[in-house]
Order: sequence, then C-alpha cells, then structure tokens
Amino acid sequence: MLVETTGTGTLLIILIMAVVTLVTRWGGVYIMSFIPIGYRVKQFIHAMSGSVLVAILAPMAVNGDNGARLALLTTAVTVLVLKKPLPAIFAGILVAALSRQF
Amino acid sequence: MHKQQDTSSDDVILHHFDKALVWDGFKQLVPLSLFVIAFGAAFGLAAAQAGVDGNMAIAMSTLVFAGTSQFAALDLWAAEIPLFTLVITVFAINARHLLMGATLYPWLHHLPKSKRYGVMLVASDANWAMSMQAFSLEKPGFGILLGGGLALWFFWVIGTWLGIYFGNVVSDPKRFGLDMVMGCFLLTMVVNGEKNLRMLFIWSVAAIASLLAYRFLPENSHIVVGAFAGGLAGLTWGYQTDAR
Repeated sequence: MLVETTGTGTLLIILIMAVVTLVTRWGGVYIMSFIPIGYRVKQFIHAMSGSVLVAILAPMAVNGDNGARLALLTTAVTVLVLKKPLPAIFAGILVAALSRQF
Repeated sequence: MHKQQDTSSDDVILHHFDKALVWDGFKQLVPLSLFVIAFGAAFGLAAAQAGVDGNMAIAMSTLVFAGTSQFAALDLWAAEIPLFTLVITVFAINARHLLMGATLYPWLHHLPKSKRYGVMLVASDANWAMSMQAFSLEKPGFGILLGGGLALWFFWVIGTWLGIYFGNVVSDPKRFGLDMVMGCFLLTMVVNGEKNLRMLFIWSVAAIASLLAYRFLPENSHIVVGAFAGGLAGLTWGYQTDAR
C-alpha cells in the first residue's frame, strides 16, 4: 500500500510512525507485566541492559570510518582517565572532526 | 525466595520521583542537548531537502521523537511511500525501546499505570542509559528518565526547527563529528558501568552477535539480536554479588 506524501498523506505517515514508535516504547513494559520478575529474569535484564549499548556500538566501531573509530577510542580512554563523561564525549567528537578535515 | 527480598525493600524507594528530581534530570541532559540541537538541525535540513513541509518535519520530531528512524523515513521519502516498508523500518529501528522498557520494568512496576507508561513516552537511548546507571548505583532513576527525556525532546524539536530555517550551518554534520555524539555518549555509559570478567564476557557475546546480525540478518536487527544474546550470556554465567 502506497501513501502519497502530500498534505494529509504526510500527516498520516507521521501519525503511523508515531504510533509504531509508541508501541515500541510501551510494548516492552506491557509484555513484562505478564512476566513475574524472578532472579533469572533480573539476571537476564541486567545483562541485556549493558548489551543494548554494546550492540549499538560494535557495528559503529567495526564498520565506521577511521574518524568514528578514533572518536570512540578517544572517548573510551578519556573517560577511563578522567571518569567524567562530558569531556570524553567532547574529545571524541573533536578527534572525529579533526580526522575528517583531511 | 531471595528474588522477592532483594527487590521490595530498596526498589520501592528508588522508583520515586518528584518535580525536583525531574528538574535535576532535565539539567543533567542539557549539556548533551546542545549536541542534540545540532543533530536535530541536521534532520530539519535533510527533511527540507527531501521535500518534507517544514511544519510536518517539526510535527514528526515532536510526535515520533526517534532520530534514527526519522532519518530512515527520509530515505524512503518520494511522491508515494510504501506503508509496509515504512512500518517495518520504523519498528525495527525502534525495537530497542522494547528492551529498554523491559530493563526498566523492575522499577516501573511499582508505579501506577499512568506514570509507568507516562515516563516511557520520552524514553530514548541517552536518558534510558543514564536512568539505568542511576538505578545500578542505588539512586532514583525516573527523574533522569523523564526530565532528561523532556530535555532531549525539547532540544530535538528546537534543532529540527533551526535546521529547516537555518539548516546550511550544519549541512555536513559528519564533517564536525556530530554523527558520533550519541555513540561517544553511550560508550561513556559502558565504560563507567560495572567492569568485571562476567560483564566482559556478556559484552563480547553482545558485540559478536550484533556484528553477525549486522552482516547476515535483515537490516536494523542487530541491536535487538546483540542485546538478547548478551542477556542470554548473562544467564549462563551466574551472579557474583547481589541480584543487581
């Protein structure tokens, strides 16, 4: 089914996107309301929460350009040394920007 | 037995949030939100270039509030858009929200339903990661989730608006490294998190699964696959300390 991207069509597309996204924001909570939170479930959830981040980052590092890799490396090292996230993020972005100027 | 004990006592307090905590959360995300403005501006510009009406682009940022999926929608933008492809794409990219909701559930389930689903309205990568970090440090996390989410949402919409009207400032966000903002931010969350052999094992499994899915499985499935694999890895290696 095709939707035209004019006037009401665009609005319809946006509303559909909004509803789909809302389903993802609410769905996990809703499904969990049927699952008793036992020890094993907590263990799974705990392991999964860090894994979400790693799963986002891994392809970024492996398939990204050198700028992306250097940015992540710089951020990791800086935050390990300084323990503060903001300077680390700033350093990472700076390195990415610098490496992409040439 | 011990599954009940270690939840009830402390979680009951941790799930509380009030105006002060929400405002604190808002302020905590403000420094990052400046980058979010730039990223939003990149979206506004891209939307304008794809031929999306300005008001509609702002409406999209306001109602959808999920950057990656919004950029993906622009990739599909033409005179007519295939609805099924759009729905699948948006769902796949945003499916990580399902996991976020699930990971917050041990604390969310203490809230009344309206608040439980209310705070999830603005759940996104950064504020979710920060609220999980707060909970793992035995601090209340929903102020950060809601307040931080409102900050991100507000600056995302402002950024979109700026991009539509003054977009040429950020015509090439990659050149300024702006595409790495979220990645670098999330990485600081990982590095500052729990570090031990067990976590290293879990992260390795998650990373390998994510990379395999990225290469061999349908597009946008890698986050859910990697996260799920990491969760399963956590089940195979027992807890060393307490259940959180």
